Amino acid sequence: MDILSAVILISNYILVPAIAYGSQLALGALGVTLIYGILRFSNFAHGDTMAFGAMVTILFTWWFQSMGISISPLPTALLALPFGIAGCAILVLLTDRFVYRFYRKQKAAPVIFVIASVGVMFIMNGIVRFIIGPNDQRFADGAKFILKARDFKRDFGLHEGLTIKVSQGITVVTAVIVVAALFWFLNRTRTGKSMRAYSDNEDLALLSGINPDRVVMVAWILAAALATIAGTLYGLDKSFKPFTYFQLLLPIFASAVVGGMGNPLGAIAGGFVVAFSEISVTYAYKKFVKYLVPESWEPDSLVQLLSTDYKFAVSFLILLMVLLFRPTGIFKGKSV
Amino acid sequence: MTYTMRNAAMFAVIGLLLLWVGQTQSWNVALQIINLCLISSIMALGVNIQWGYAGLFNVGVMGSAALGGLAVVLVSTNPEPEALKAGGLGVILSLVLGIATIGGAIFAYKRFPKSRLRGMVVFAIVVIGFFVTRAVFGPATDAIEKINPARAGNIGGLGLPVLLAWPVGGLFAGVVSWGIGKIALGLRSDYLAIATLGISEIIVAVLKHEDWMTRGVKNISGLKRPVPYEIDLQAAPWFLDLCERLGTDPVTFSSIFVKLSYGILFAVVLLLFLWLSEKALNSPWGRMMRAIRDNEEAAAAMGKDIKSRHLQVFIIGSVVVGIAGAMLTTLDGQLTPSAYQPLRFTFLIWVMVIVGGSGNNWGSVLGGFVIWFFWIEAEPMGLWLMDTITVGMAEDNALRIHLIESAAHMRLMTMGLILLLVLRFSPKGLIPEK
Repeated sequence: MDILSAVILISNYILVPAIAYGSQLALGALGVTLIYGILRFSNFAHGDTMAFGAMVTILFTWWFQSMGISISPLPTALLALPFGIAGCAILVLLTDRFVYRFYRKQKAAPVIFVIASVGVMFIMNGIVRFIIGPNDQRFADGAKFILKARDFKRDFGLHEGLTIKVSQGITVVTAVIVVAALFWFLNRTRTGKSMRAYSDNEDLALLSGINPDRVVMVAWILAAALATIAGTLYGLDKSFKPFTYFQLLLPIFASAVVGGMGNPLGAIAGGFVVAFSEISVTYAYKKFVKYLVPESWEPDSLVQLLSTDYKFAVSFLILLMVLLFRPTGIFKGKSV
Repeated sequence: MTYTMRNAAMFAVIGLLLLWVGQTQSWNVALQIINLCLISSIMALGVNIQWGYAGLFNVGVMGSAALGGLAVVLVSTNPEPEALKAGGLGVILSLVLGIATIGGAIFAYKRFPKSRLRGMVVFAIVVIGFFVTRAVFGPATDAIEKINPARAGNIGGLGLPVLLAWPVGGLFAGVVSWGIGKIALGLRSDYLAIATLGISEIIVAVLKHEDWMTRGVKNISGLKRPVPYEIDLQAAPWFLDLCERLGTDPVTFSSIFVKLSYGILFAVVLLLFLWLSEKALNSPWGRMMRAIRDNEEAAAAMGKDIKSRHLQVFIIGSVVVGIAGAMLTTLDGQLTPSAYQPLRFTFLIWVMVIVGGSGNNWGSVLGGFVIWFFWIEAEPMGLWLMDTITVGMAEDNALRIHLIESAAHMRLMTMGLILLLVLRFSPKGLIPEK
C-alpha cells in the first residue's frame, strides 16, 4: 500500500497531461463555438486553420532563431505568436470575403456553409503542406521541464516522480489568460456585447443598429487568434504535423457539442471533459493498482479500458452520448 | 433535346480524353483510369442519393468504403482452421455479448420510467457488459494473433467467391449507417456531418489495429479475383490464339484483357445502379424525397415521416458506397487499411457529386469520370507547371527543389478550388437537376 505514490502516478500520467490537452481543446472548441454562434455553421476548416496559424508562427520562430532572438527559458514561439495570429487572421478574413460572404448575402442553408468550409479546409490543408511539407516539424526551444521526475523523486524521497513540461505550464497559463481576456471582451466591451446580442437574436441586433459586417469580422479575427494559439500550444506540447490537426477536428467538435454549440463557457468545460475521458480511458492502470492492493492481488493485465489506438473513439462516444440524451449539450446550446 | 445533346457531348469529351490517354500514354493506363472512374461514379451515385435526393450531408463516405473492403476479406479469403479453433468461438461469443449489452441497456432505458434508478441500472449493464465482453474478447484475439503470425495471424474468411463480398460490403455499410442515422438524423444538419466524420475515422482505426481480423497495417494481399490471372491467360491456348488473330503481344494483351474484364464487371454494376437510381428518382418515392428535401415542414404536414424517410435514404446511399468500396478492394487485390484517407475517400467523392450536379444521377456519373481523370492527371500537370515556372532557375536552387517536391500537394488545392468555384458560380453542376 502506497497511496501517495499512486496519487503522484495518476497526477503524472493523467492529471497534468489532461489539463494541458484539455486547455488546447478548449481553445480550439472556443473558436468553433464562436463561429457557430455568429455565423451559424460548424466550421470544418478549423483544424486546418489551427495548422495554418501554427505554421506561420513556426516560420517566424525559425526566423527569430536564425537571428539569435530568444526569450529563454521560454520558447521563442511565444514571441512569434502575434505574427502567427496576424497571418492567420488575414487568411481567414480572405476566406470570409471570397467564400462565406456570398452565402451570407444569399442567406444560404447552414449545410451549404459547411460544404464551403470543407472546400476551404482542402485549400488551407494544401497551402500548409505546400509551404512547410507534410512531415513533423520541431520548433520548441528554451527550457524543457519545470519539474523533472528524477529531481522530484530525490527531493521528496518517493518512488514515483512528477514531470511537468514547460510546454504544459505555458499551455495552461496562456489558456487562462486568453480565456479571461475573451470573457472580458465578450462581457465588458461594446463590441463584445454587440456580438453576444447578434448571436442571441440576429434580427433584434440588426434593428438596434449593430453592424453585422463588423461583428462577423471580429468573430473571424477572434477565431483565428484562438486557432493559432491552440495550434501553436499543441505543436509545442506534442509536435507539429499537418495531418494531426485535421484529426483534432473530432475531439474539438466533441468538446463544442458537449458544452453546447455557441456557448463559450460550455466549450471550455467540454474541452476538459473530452481530454480527461480520452486520457483516463486509454491509460493502463496496472502500476496504479499495484500501489493500492496487497502484492498477491497484483493484476497480470495492463488494466487498460481501451487501447490508445482508439482515443478518437472516446471523443466519438462522448459525442454520441450527448446527442442521444441531451442534443443541446450540457449547457444549453443553440440549434438553428 | 439540347439538354440531352449537351450532356452527351460532355460524356463524349471525357471519352475522347480517355482515348487520348490510351493513344499517347498506354492502353493499360487508360483502362486503369477508366476502372477507377467507374468505381468512383458508383460511390458518387451513393452520395448523390443521400445529398441530391434528400439533402443529407454525410462525411463518412470513407467508413462505408472501408467496410466494403473489410467484407471482401471476411467473405473471400480462405479460412484459417487453426485460428478459428483457437479463438473463433471467443470472438463470436464476445460479439454476441457486446450486442446483448447494448440491447440490454436500450431495453432497460425504454422499459423503466425515468428515474435515478434507471440511470444506475443502464450504467451498470454497460459497465458489466463491457468488462465481460472484454474478458472473452481479449484472450480470443490474442490466441488468433499468435497462430502463424508471419503469414496470417488472423481468422481468415469464409472462402466464398469474391463477387459475393460486394453485396455483403453493402450490408455492412448499411447496418452501420442505420446505427448512425438512428442517432444523428432528426437533429440539426451539422450533427450528422460530425457524427459520420467520427464513425468513419473509427472504422478505419479498427481496420488498422484489429490484427486478428485484418492483419492491421501488415495488410492482406493476394485477395481472390473474379477475373482470370495474367499468367493463366498467357498459358491458355484460346488466349494465345486470340492474340495471334489480333496480332498483339500476349503479355501486354493479357494485362489489358484482365483490366477490360474488370471494367465490364464494374460497368454492369454501374449501369444497374444508374438504372435503379433513375427509376427511383422518377417514381412517387423520388418525388416525395425531393419534396421533403425542399420543404420539410410542408412534407411533415402532409403526414410524411421525415425521420424514417431520411433514415431510409441514408442507408440506401451507404449501401451503394459500401458495394463500391468492396469493388475497389477487389480491384486492388489487397486490403491496405492505411490507404483510407478522408481526403481521397470522402471529400473527393463529394467534389464529384457537386461538380457533376447534385440531384442528378447522370451528373454524378459524369462527375466521377471528370474528377477522377483530373485527380490522376493533376500530378503530371502540376509537375509540368512547376517545371515551367522554375525553368529559369538553377538546378540546385532551393526554391525550385521545394516547388517541384510540393507539386503533389497541388491536388488538394486544386480539388478545394474546384469545389468552391462550382459551388459558387455553378451550384447546379455540370448536369443540373431537371
